[in-house]
Amino acid sequence: MTDPAPLLEVRHLRVEFPTRRGRLVALDDVSFSIAPGEVLGVVGESGAGKSMTGAAIIGLLEPPGRITGGEILLEGRRIDNLPHEELRRIRGRKIGAIFQDPLTTLNPLYTIGRQLVETMTTHLPIGPAEARERAIGWLEQVGIPAARERIDSYPHQFSGGMRQRVVIALALCAEPRLVIADEPTTALDVSIQAQVIALLKRLAREKGTAMMLITHDMGVIAETADRVAVMYAGRIVEIGPVREVVKNPRHPYSAGLMASIPPLDRRVERLAAIEGAMPRLSAIPPGCAYHPRCPRILSRCAVERPELMEAGGTMAACWLYHRHD
Amino acid sequence: MTEPAPLVEVRDLARYFDVSRPIVQRLLAREGRRILRAVDGVSFAIARGSTLSLVGESGCGKSTVARLVVGLYAPTRGEVRFDGQELSAARRDPRQRRRMQMIFQDPYASLNPRWRVRDIIAEPLDAFGLLPDAAARRDKVAELLTQVGLSPADGEKYPHEFSGGQRQRISIARALSSNPEFLVCDEPTSALDVSVQAQILNLMKALQAELGLTFLFISHNLAVVRQMSDRVGVMYLGRIVELAPAETLFTAPRHPYTRALMEAIPDLAMTGRQRTPVGGEVPSPISPPPGCAFHPRCPLANGRCRAERPELRPYGETAVACHAVEEGRAG
Repeated sequence: MTDPAPLLEVRHLRVEFPTRRGRLVALDDVSFSIAPGEVLGVVGESGAGKSMTGAAIIGLLEPPGRITGGEILLEGRRIDNLPHEELRRIRGRKIGAIFQDPLTTLNPLYTIGRQLVETMTTHLPIGPAEARERAIGWLEQVGIPAARERIDSYPHQFSGGMRQRVVIALALCAEPRLVIADEPTTALDVSIQAQVIALLKRLAREKGTAMMLITHDMGVIAETADRVAVMYAGRIVEIGPVREVVKNPRHPYSAGLMASIPPLDRRVERLAAIEGAMPRLSAIPPGCAYHPRCPRILSRCAVERPELMEAGGTMAACWLYHRHD
Repeated sequence: MTEPAPLVEVRDLARYFDVSRPIVQRLLAREGRRILRAVDGVSFAIARGSTLSLVGESGCGKSTVARLVVGLYAPTRGEVRFDGQELSAARRDPRQRRRMQMIFQDPYASLNPRWRVRDIIAEPLDAFGLLPDAAARRDKVAELLTQVGLSPADGEKYPHEFSGGQRQRISIARALSSNPEFLVCDEPTSALDVSVQAQILNLMKALQAELGLTFLFISHNLAVVRQMSDRVGVMYLGRIVELAPAETLFTAPRHPYTRALMEAIPDLAMTGRQRTPVGGEVPSPISPPPGCAFHPRCPLANGRCRAERPELRPYGETAVACHAVEEGRAG
């Protein structure tokens, strides 16, 4: 196969939180890769480890959480064991991050123009005059009307949707190789959401940026991602092409997740729901973590943990797809 | 046949908020008062045992309507009638007040973390003095917990011991405890994961069928609204722009804004489809555009739309506030 070398490779990533009652395993043996220009969607319920995976890659895990196993490679080079300063430089130049809440990303004391210009002059070989011109270009690209007049405004002078677009411009202006977008459109209204999604998608395609798109909104995933990883209780339970995972999920959890989305095109008497709730990290069941809620449980599910295996089109961590040969 | 009287009737309801800066700053900057028209002339009726949903983007005024309808805000103009009685009069009478309850969006913020679940659920019972003794209270709490799919033993626990979905079940049990007939639900599943959202929506539908409840349901999620509603009102900048039976609204939307909203929703069935974004943004309700508030974003806007505000007019079962629809320009 002639797949391009992955831009990001995560191998057997493990993140733990030491607590008084022992260590909690927040991420357990998470492996995936993203190619240049590819959008990998990461979905799952809150607490499944989606955001934690993103944070681990950018080196922004909330203490006391820390990586206790595995490795993260960016363009073939390990970045999980770099000294703090070096990682910070790489993060600024090669990785862009977009978080859900634009207020935590923007500095309220600086104009948005200054924030964009500083980011660019720090990471790109350009002067402030050119950076300012580029900043205006970026603001126009993310759909800020009258960008030239508004570049010297402060973050509070923008609406929530506008601010989120400024955050996106800020994450992209240093032309990173990898963008980690954690619920980038969740705080936006649907009419604005579509604009932002279209922009992110175009950038990945045109500039060959690899993107990890973390969201609980399957609709956004369906129209943006090339591949999807479904996470449950700190592990990837299924990963594969978006069409397969959305239309024909193999893992019973992915299937339950898809089925529980209320349809827009018809009314159903009763929505399919997954009974129960995702376990807490302190009480992850043995075997397959999903087995207490699974409608297709086998006897070994409660005892033996399934690894990702070939499931005819996707990889699924489920004993249903185990072959004996 | 005469229609049965609606349980809730809202006529020309409006609520303005004064968001002016303090007077000294205002004088220094020589600016006038700033009035935010959160809700500006909304009328609808909800039939007994049915669900009316209000849907719209953030800032359209749907949550303000919810708060007006249960009396958490006093209206600037217009009135709310509950079972034929003017709302503020109904609110003064505990026997009427216990007939309406509200469920809030955030089950983390709406439950007192220091109270046991049994006391949270029984609070309305205690407040209205509906129970003769402690044994009756215990039995009622156990019954309510069972009704929402929790176990009677859960009454001894505190809210933090529950997941988001379970907390919303507790909120529902509390809302049901005074045997209300009318529930106002403000984004009840927006804070929940989708698999859990389905559980709560199913529970609400089952309780409605079992207890004959009347719902005012507030949501920004059109797919959820389609599952829950008998009638739907689409709000934009403080006004209802389209009001119709749910099936009609979703199969034959008339107002350009309703159509744009439906177009903009990412849909699972359409993997790879390009969405048509609605251009522009919701304008500020402090200085709404003249004429039809949607005209700056509307593909059908003309001179009349920029000058004259359209009123809600009936077209069959649907009511639409749009000059283009009235003039037959909407296709």
